[in-house]
Amino acid sequence: MAEATTTVPPAAKTAARAEKAEKKPVVTLATLTPEMASLQQHFGADLIQPAPYEGVLITDPARLTEVTNFLHDELHLESLTSATAVDFIKEGYIELVYHAQHITGGAPLCFKTRVSRKDADTVGLPSLTPIYPGVEFQEREIYDLYGVRFNGHPDLRRILLWEGFNGYPMRKDWHEAYYAQDTKPYDTRWPAGNHKLDEERVPWADNVNYPPNFNPAEYTRNPDEGLYDTMYKEAPEQGPTDTPYQNTGIKTDELIVNMGPQHPSTHGVLRMVVKLDGETITDLKLVLGYLHRNHEKIAERNTWLHNIPYTDRLDYITGMPNELGYVLGVEKLLKIKPTERADYLRVIMCELTRVASHFWSIGFLLNDLGAFYTPALYFITEREFVMDLFDEITGSRMMNNYMRFGGVARDVTPEQLDKIRVLVNERFPRAIDEMERLLSDNEIVRMRTIGVGYLSAERCVAYSVTGPVLRASGVPYDLRRADPYSLYDRFDFDVPVLYGGDVYDRYRVRVLEMRQSLRILEQALAQIEQTKVGDIQAGKKAYIHRVPAGEVYSRVETPKGELGFYMISDGGQNAYRYHVRSASFINLGALKEMTVGMKVADAVVILGSLDIVLGEVDR
Amino acid sequence: MSLLGTGILKGLGVTLKHFIQTYAEDFKYIGKKAGIEPRPLRRQNPANHGMVTVEYPREHMVMPENFRYIPFLVKDSATGEDKCTSCGICAKVCPPQCIWIVRTEDPVTKRPVPAPKEFHIDTSVCMNCGFCAEFCPFDAIKMDHNYEITSMSNRQTELVFDKDRLMMPDTYHAGIHPADWARELEDKKADEAKKKAAAEAKVAADAKKAAAAATGASAAATKTAPPPKPPAPPAQ
Repeated sequence: MAEATTTVPPAAKTAARAEKAEKKPVVTLATLTPEMASLQQHFGADLIQPAPYEGVLITDPARLTEVTNFLHDELHLESLTSATAVDFIKEGYIELVYHAQHITGGAPLCFKTRVSRKDADTVGLPSLTPIYPGVEFQEREIYDLYGVRFNGHPDLRRILLWEGFNGYPMRKDWHEAYYAQDTKPYDTRWPAGNHKLDEERVPWADNVNYPPNFNPAEYTRNPDEGLYDTMYKEAPEQGPTDTPYQNTGIKTDELIVNMGPQHPSTHGVLRMVVKLDGETITDLKLVLGYLHRNHEKIAERNTWLHNIPYTDRLDYITGMPNELGYVLGVEKLLKIKPTERADYLRVIMCELTRVASHFWSIGFLLNDLGAFYTPALYFITEREFVMDLFDEITGSRMMNNYMRFGGVARDVTPEQLDKIRVLVNERFPRAIDEMERLLSDNEIVRMRTIGVGYLSAERCVAYSVTGPVLRASGVPYDLRRADPYSLYDRFDFDVPVLYGGDVYDRYRVRVLEMRQSLRILEQALAQIEQTKVGDIQAGKKAYIHRVPAGEVYSRVETPKGELGFYMISDGGQNAYRYHVRSASFINLGALKEMTVGMKVADAVVILGSLDIVLGEVDR
Repeated sequence: MSLLGTGILKGLGVTLKHFIQTYAEDFKYIGKKAGIEPRPLRRQNPANHGMVTVEYPREHMVMPENFRYIPFLVKDSATGEDKCTSCGICAKVCPPQCIWIVRTEDPVTKRPVPAPKEFHIDTSVCMNCGFCAEFCPFDAIKMDHNYEITSMSNRQTELVFDKDRLMMPDTYHAGIHPADWARELEDKKADEAKKKAAAEAKVAADAKKAAAAATGASAAATKTAPPPKPPAPPAQ
């Protein structure tokens, strides 16, 4: 069934040669997998074509819904992992890139479609929200950053930037304030690098754009207008709504309450706008972007190497897995493999991070429940030993900057390995036992969490929820097993699954996962002894990487869920496109469904059980 | 289902245990090791089940050698010169681009001279990644351990470090990075041995050339003369 590699037709070949003469990469078309071939068979080769590098291209964006329906219903790609866009400014179109996957595992199927840059914010594309509800936030993000209109989207507003922001920042022709140069390293730094502060440059010079006829003094529009409009629209007297909540007949005034952005329950700068009927939540909207710094734009300016420390700042609790996801992707493009010892070190660091992150999240879940800081600090104490270890090995507690392309930055000494063994074999198992003694049977914890924030397995999959939240709803999906990366196929471990789908089971799944992580660590610590000491870098260490042109979607299972990096290289020192599919951001999409009908105090707990980190949500 | 309330009681047992342990560890410490072992080191030990925090402004955590904060430049105390050659690699690998270097030019020939004229690091931009120290081929830039650089006034005057502020003697570097310093000395020794060997090889080669020329001149006379011995391979 699998077709041979689709070669470029002869006519295109001469064009390709001409391109090569201009030092442009030759674009190879994707090989069709059996699934893509059956898609092509069903819709014909006119509509479905192999796309450059990866996936299939749907040539007519108007028929996107039809094709996606087929993918969902016939090919059973239940979950849409990632949706993003790429601005091909020279070619004059914006390419939409989707990755859909089976919840039983395997590599995702990539499908793309194109819309011209001019038509993007007027004509637009059909929205995929009716088929995959989880794409709602991601489509809003594309609308926000690329200016692509999605027809039929329930709530198409900007998500990371504020209403009234001028321009679409991820487009290649948009320049930020203090814009210096398209790519780093900047020429102003060396050899004639006279230091000059950015503030000293006139901020209203030609690199800051305001809309025509814009007068800041007259700008009074309330940026929340659109937000409150969408909430009032769903008032109960206006007929049936899409929310399961029904007023029981007692007439009360509805109240809109803003929780956050500065609120201890929101784990950072998240704003939850809840509509209340008495104390019951009838609607919930999220306002994101308070920590937005356009990580993706920065990354497209960075060289490949520069970006490794930036990935630490995504989910700043779990720096190591973030780096691993990025580094694995670039290694795939570079076609290099890390050394054995480096691979083991990566796994050890990632699993230690998982244990530390779950300690942290469970501690703060208890904070959200009202058990202020006593349990949290017990668990933070344990996490502190992991942080100290990272400090010793990598040089920093959280911003590790440890992974390199083809290896890691530093080897561990036998004493450091022994320290890890003490933690893994003695300290952590006892700490986890103690955690269970403290919490699992505690009547208050059980009353507050059992049955709260329920989300069924089907809805989890539809919302593209990943991580412990998905596994607590009874879907045994863990990328370390479903689409193994690094060395995870060598270890003997289980994927813990529980079926309650509530806050309590999310807590329990995290506890079980920590035990499995310790199991992996035990094996890794035994096996690393077989590897050669000091052999931590494959090939020569370089600071300039010419990454061959290509495209990659690399994903890892972080403690929060699936973290994906979608990257396109045009053969240069910098990424042409770099997208982060962050677990926290997409898991938040399901928050409304979990909270509607619950009490307002439960909303805090449910948010805590999702375990979000705003650095990753807002990027 | 167990009796209602037993879960809470069990949990309270855990808190009680923690409460007792906190003081028990401190008593053990006072009894045996006070004054011998620094307290922060003991608190950071995984065998410790008591308190893990230190009283910060009075006590400091023990910083591991690899710990990195902002970079500093190393001055060779033997010669009194800075090791930096202003090659610009640190400026190129710096992710937030916070290093500014002005290269010195020879006033006559206009050729670059391997020493920086000016060197600025904007520490308010620095993200403490350590790439500059990692990729410096001359061991001229290292990561500092001093994290107390907070400033209450102007960022321009207080947090943009110039060459004078960045320059530290190599004794300071040796003090905070003993292992790295030992590696550097070893490298230096190996380098010198290599250089010496190369120089010896050169002398030998010159001698050989001269001998060859001599033999070439008298080739007709002594055609059967054995070729001169090849020079010894340079010691690694």
